[in-house]
Amino acid sequence: MNTHRYFPHTPQDITRMLDRCGATALSDLWADIPEELRLKHPYDIPAGLSEDSLRAYFDALMSDVKPLVCFAGNGFYDHYTPAVIQDIARRSEFLTAYTPYQPEISQGTLQYIFEYQSMICELTGLDVANASLYDGSTATAEAMLMCVAAARKRNRVLLSATVNDATRAVVATYARYHGINLDIIPETDLGVTDLEAMKKMLDKGDVAGAIFASPNRHGIIEDFTGVADALHSSKSLMALNTHASALGLLHTPAEWGADIAIGEAQSLGMPVNFGGPGLGYMAVTKALMRKMPGRVVGATTDANGQRVFVLTLQAREQHIRREKATSNICSNQGLMTLWAAAYLALMGAEGLAEVNRLSHNGACALRKALSDTGKVKDAFPGQPILNEFEVETIGIDADAVIKAGIEQGILAGVKTDDNRLLIAVTERRTPEQINRLVNLFKSL
Amino acid sequence: MNRTFYSSLIMDLSRAGRRGYALDDHGFENDNSIPGHLLRDSAPILPQVDEPTLVRHYTNLSTNNFGVDTGFYPLGSCTMKYNPKINEEIASDRRIAALHPCQPAETVQGALRAYDRLQHLLSEIGGMTRFTLNPYAGAHGELTGLMIIHAYHDDHGDLKRTRVIVPDSAHGTNPASAAVAGYSIVEVKSRHDGTIDPEDLKSKLDDTIAAVMMTNPNTVGMFEKNIPEIARMAHEAGALMYYDGANLNPMLGVARPGDMGFDVMHINLHKTFSTPHGGGGPGAGPVGVRAGLEKYLPCPRVDFNTVSGMYEVVTDDKNSMGHISSWLGNYTVELKALAYILSLGGQGLAQAGPLAILNANYIKDSLSDLYLLPIEGRCKHEFVFDGLKDKSTGVTTLHVAKRLLDHGFHAPTIYFPLLFHESLMIEPTETESPETLDRFIAVMREIALEAANDPDKVKDAPLYTPVRHPDDTEAAVNPRLNYRSL
Repeated sequence: MNTHRYFPHTPQDITRMLDRCGATALSDLWADIPEELRLKHPYDIPAGLSEDSLRAYFDALMSDVKPLVCFAGNGFYDHYTPAVIQDIARRSEFLTAYTPYQPEISQGTLQYIFEYQSMICELTGLDVANASLYDGSTATAEAMLMCVAAARKRNRVLLSATVNDATRAVVATYARYHGINLDIIPETDLGVTDLEAMKKMLDKGDVAGAIFASPNRHGIIEDFTGVADALHSSKSLMALNTHASALGLLHTPAEWGADIAIGEAQSLGMPVNFGGPGLGYMAVTKALMRKMPGRVVGATTDANGQRVFVLTLQAREQHIRREKATSNICSNQGLMTLWAAAYLALMGAEGLAEVNRLSHNGACALRKALSDTGKVKDAFPGQPILNEFEVETIGIDADAVIKAGIEQGILAGVKTDDNRLLIAVTERRTPEQINRLVNLFKSL
Repeated sequence: MNRTFYSSLIMDLSRAGRRGYALDDHGFENDNSIPGHLLRDSAPILPQVDEPTLVRHYTNLSTNNFGVDTGFYPLGSCTMKYNPKINEEIASDRRIAALHPCQPAETVQGALRAYDRLQHLLSEIGGMTRFTLNPYAGAHGELTGLMIIHAYHDDHGDLKRTRVIVPDSAHGTNPASAAVAGYSIVEVKSRHDGTIDPEDLKSKLDDTIAAVMMTNPNTVGMFEKNIPEIARMAHEAGALMYYDGANLNPMLGVARPGDMGFDVMHINLHKTFSTPHGGGGPGAGPVGVRAGLEKYLPCPRVDFNTVSGMYEVVTDDKNSMGHISSWLGNYTVELKALAYILSLGGQGLAQAGPLAILNANYIKDSLSDLYLLPIEGRCKHEFVFDGLKDKSTGVTTLHVAKRLLDHGFHAPTIYFPLLFHESLMIEPTETESPETLDRFIAVMREIALEAANDPDKVKDAPLYTPVRHPDDTEAAVNPRLNYRSL
């Protein structure tokens, strides 16, 4: 047979190798598989494509996608992605490596993960970060599992209604099957967590932890004054979900007194990529270090006296703990931590602040201009926002806005209700694009 | 790989006043409406570097790393095959990069079609009815699969099934995933040949068992030929059969899990379907189910509406097990796997499994005179040695693994599976040439000889890597996990 271009074997090779194995045909090597279990017919899959045919196939698919100027956020933001990151991340020494089990030949991966962990600690203000989790929503679910594991005999976790929909849905799934009592803390008419209600929910003293978000699902920056104290005095943990870019500007999880910080880090230089890959980050206080799920990289010394890095604290991990595990994660988002580290290094604190400032200014300008059209009103007037806000449409359906936007090449936002839209602005949105969105509303 | 060790961290290169970015200021009025107490007390301390410094830093860092493109990576159970470059080109299309996950379905038909196409192809290869591509990794797929099984039993009011059977040879993620999915674990013991004892299994099956998790070929590389009987017994007891797809690669062109009686399976796209491991991720762990279980698959789901001729994204369904991811999984990883399957085509796929099996048996049969083969017979994609045959030298599996690094090979998987004290698990994959295998075999033989003649040299390995013997104890006793702690 002629083998595919990815396989080096010539017919002569195969004959020689079979001979070494005392076999005459390849199928001799699986003679132990019962006949009735073997593939009965060739796969119903067409013949292999050349590179050019493959390019043509995908080009046709991607031509059937409408590019839109993005005013959608909802956890994934269309921020600037520096060209150099893609280039670095393509280096095959990084790209084609496995998890760094052999530190002697994996220092590249270990070092960039260590850099990433360090920067996540700086952003969150917390003591320890892991080597990442899959995405913001699964990271939040892991935070819930961690609260229960750390509390031992408590099995109740509170989740604010203001956490975004996708995250709440994933957390609820984990809770349902793991058997955790997940209670939703209601939100007030002002679109923020009802903290009085939260405090009452602590009365029984059975809450392992509570999970909040800021900016929340309405784009509002929440005020957590007194929250950590209330939780800690009832021996409950506080977990705070923030999309990572916002941490460059907002009061940090550590400053609020949170024990666990989690969230989506796609906003650190990654394209929106139709939702993935993103990056889930997690950082915790020192007290929780040994309860934290996921891989961790630490510094040590080698036989030559050099500062080197290894995977460490592995006694916490699933492959050691097996059925006693409180998390089943045995990998991380690897290369995406390189994206985040390289992005944060390029931008620095100043650049990150500028991203937030420019996005915020654009969002505030749009928020005001939209209100002035009379076609929408602020869903939560006066509430502080970062780069995203929710509006209530007046006399038109959210669907109609989205539809009209598509016709003009604009993704006007994310529909959150029949007459509600969540609208995000990043530093990439120009005055011209913002005017187009304003004019769109005017035209309706 | 460099022989010199580049040890700088990006923070070491930081100088106040340097910057690596430029942003357009669009001139919007400065808004100071965020109350001060909602802002950070102080700015984070992040590196300040220019672009060329950053590029050189990461380029130098990369030379401290070993990847599949660097050399042979016989890491058992990890299927470190070649990662085709065209797949990277396709997955980095700017049109995909710019696609927001909340874009309405009518504007992303091509992207949804790609998702659906891969879903169908995986179903054909797995012998399943339908796949979700949403899970992010193999372990995440296991968790999703077990939650589907949970939802199935719940739906049938069968609430006393609280336990899952897992073989003692299983990947560590199997019991961990079952625990996270709310199950307790019943372990079945392996026989001397590494396969499950159907009688032992039978004695453990009752109406409290929700599922039997199996890996086939198993983690010692042997095909569980009693699988039809095992599946029949499990099904008679009302349990579902879960297939851990970590070892699917040798089954390409040979057999399908669906035909073996499995009900639910996951596939590691980063193993069998060649998407790069990326030093730990991003991966993808699609989950497939047989007919009758489709309705329990997670949301969001991509459905084809035959009336409108359009793809739709279903975000809510009362039968669904729930949500396991924010959106449709690691989408660009899915595109790479789709490109790989279409590149190989039906015929190419059918070559992959057999050649993977050939490569594994070739190495095994070339070394079993010097290394202890605890399980005789044809292996599939991988096999396990229980260390060197000659135990008198004191040279262990760890030493052999480290000595391989000196010769420019990655180490095999070591001390897994837990069935043997000195497990050395080798999986060559189909993309390694006979010349590479011959070189590896020669080196393994040389190490065995060296172990007899100069054991201390092997025990001191690696001798030539830029980093030698990192102190794991120091790392664990005195954890220094970020730059501030250095």
